[in-house]
Amino acid sequence: MLLEVRDLHVEFHTRDGVAKAVNGVNYSVAEGETLAVLGESGSGKSVTAQAVMGILDMPPGRISGGEILFKGRDLLKMKKDERRKIRGQEMAMIFQDALSSLNPVLSVGEQLGEMFVVHRGMSHKDAKAKAVELMDRVRIPAAKERVGNYPHQFSGGMRQRIMIAMAMALEPSLIIADEPTTALDVTVQAQVMDLLAELQRELNMGLILITHDLGVVADVADKIAVMYAGRIVESAPVHEIYRAPAHPYTKGLLQSIPRLDQKGRELYAIKGLPPNLLHIPPGCAFNPRCPMAQEICRGEVPPLFEVAEHRESACYFWKETLDAR
Amino acid sequence: MHADHSGRKEAREEGEKARALLAKSRAGSAAAGDEPILEVRDLVKHYPLTQGILIKKQIGAVKAVDGVSFDLAAGETLGIVGESGCGKSTVAKMLVHLEQPTAGAIKYKGEDITKLSGRALKAVRRNIQMVFQDPYTSLNPRMTVGDIIGEPYEIHPEVAPKGERRRKVQDLLDVVGLNPEYINRYPHQFSGGQRQRIGIARGLALNPEIIVADEPVSALDVSVQAQVVNLLDRLQAEFGLAYVFIAHDLSIVRHISDRVGVMYLGRIVEIGSDEQIYDHPTHPYTQALLSAVPVPDPAAREHRERIILHGDVPSPANPPSGCRFRTRCWKAQERCELEVPLLAVPAVFRLADTPAGHDSACHFAEEKQVVPPEGLLEAPGETTAEEDGPSQGVDGENGPAPSGSTRAR
Repeated sequence: MLLEVRDLHVEFHTRDGVAKAVNGVNYSVAEGETLAVLGESGSGKSVTAQAVMGILDMPPGRISGGEILFKGRDLLKMKKDERRKIRGQEMAMIFQDALSSLNPVLSVGEQLGEMFVVHRGMSHKDAKAKAVELMDRVRIPAAKERVGNYPHQFSGGMRQRIMIAMAMALEPSLIIADEPTTALDVTVQAQVMDLLAELQRELNMGLILITHDLGVVADVADKIAVMYAGRIVESAPVHEIYRAPAHPYTKGLLQSIPRLDQKGRELYAIKGLPPNLLHIPPGCAFNPRCPMAQEICRGEVPPLFEVAEHRESACYFWKETLDAR
Repeated sequence: MHADHSGRKEAREEGEKARALLAKSRAGSAAAGDEPILEVRDLVKHYPLTQGILIKKQIGAVKAVDGVSFDLAAGETLGIVGESGCGKSTVAKMLVHLEQPTAGAIKYKGEDITKLSGRALKAVRRNIQMVFQDPYTSLNPRMTVGDIIGEPYEIHPEVAPKGERRRKVQDLLDVVGLNPEYINRYPHQFSGGQRQRIGIARGLALNPEIIVADEPVSALDVSVQAQVVNLLDRLQAEFGLAYVFIAHDLSIVRHISDRVGVMYLGRIVEIGSDEQIYDHPTHPYTQALLSAVPVPDPAAREHRERIILHGDVPSPANPPSGCRFRTRCWKAQERCELEVPLLAVPAVFRLADTPAGHDSACHFAEEKQVVPPEGLLEAPGETTAEEDGPSQGVDGENGPAPSGSTRAR
């Protein structure tokens, strides 16, 4: 297994108290596999990824428990410089907002080349040639002429492709993409997603795709983990989760999105609001919004039940959810 | 505080659903045959590009909106979709008079509001209100909710005399599903979805006939989006509002709109009923846009043809000659470069009685079905039908009858 996250806990110490952002997350990614982590804002999907990358702001953040095994070694027990070597070379991250993740006063070529200078000890001249090669690879037209351009001179889609080039530069074995297409227009979204999937296949990388968009996930992921209030509430192979969700939250999400091919009916709306991480409801965090909630849901946090092979649901009533179609 | 209140609200919404459905059918029949309440003709907005500091010289213009025309009937919803930079938000701003058009007319009940000023303009603006995209920046953080929603009354005191305002604001809070006791709270005490409700309440304060909503749900989480969309639906039925609903999300636009216009680089390229646009698109750009929308169903992949456009949207400061889409279009020929296609029913469909016969600005308009017909993609929790559905969509414009439950299953 390329990456295994085991029982990860992350909390943030704020003025108002301790916000429990991640409360015991388990997931794994193999080489060449795409795991989609789905969740709304505040579900802990990005914080988990930041903990894996080692870019969590500490303080106020604190990893209060768990293990992150990368190729069998626990990242959390490594020394700082050891981790630094892994970051960039072995695992890389693509962020949502390319414009604010790129340095505005350095040319794109310098930023791409920097990777080779720092990690591979190349000369600046060779690094520049490498940068052109990378830009070609992510299909930026006239790469040779544009290598000296600054980020603001590129369109949003091209900037995101440069971000992808940067992440791919050292051919890492794991890529974490945090909402890589959210800021882009639909027609450009498709281009960028296709490029990412193609490069992933070529390099046989593991990919963690963090998103709130159920549509994007359906097209590229192998398996899905749905997060709510810092926990994984359901995980399954991609086909099955859409066909038959086994957690009321997943089911509600699927029902609440308007669809291109359907019209006119009132939308199903999950009632209430996402929980405040300072005061997560006792028991199942989803219980105040859940149509199936019973006494037991308010008392104890449900464990992950095995629904089928490779399928888990953190709901006492997963069977009823599956059956109630 | 959130949980108990939302429970109460849910119960009330349930009770009101039936009433809303009734009102909607009434509003629908009233709208048909009516004169358009808003007529937009050849609307143009150019932003000058200048050079020099002391002596400014115009060296060009960003053609944000370049000849947009449409009608809006009372009580109907017109959706406007397009990618960023297509000018859809600029159109919205001109409709509510936050921007003055460079040329063109916006007629409200036959009267051109771009030529009005003073008291006459003030009276018209009361009837056209706006809901903004970002509920975090469109509400003043230093004003209480009561002040925010009541502020329109300061400008239009004739709507509500001073003594009645507080009660009116509380009524509005109740209408949009917020607890009337929240009147003295500040915006930061609310979640994104609740703030958007406050924005909507402010839009409703003056009893407008038209609400221009610019991406009203894009900033919200998926589970909250549906709540706000349902609220907008309910308010339309209750108050007979006409919406101009601007969004980049084609699925939401289909859900809420009666008619849809697709914009590209400052122009409408195709406009028609929701069925015409989604099930019988004839403009290549609409087809590409529809095919690019990810459908949340992996089984749908096999049934869909995806058109992936190359390149990016050209700059509106220097749009391509002829058809503006030609630089990314796979059908483009010499004619597209020389001749600007007009927004009209394409000649091929003019005589035939087909849903493909609607306004489309393309020299080579051709019907192409890119969204699988309804029924092929089943709702989640149901098995997917494997056979290829018929190529014609649902007949008639009414669609399936609204069922009492949330989704027929």
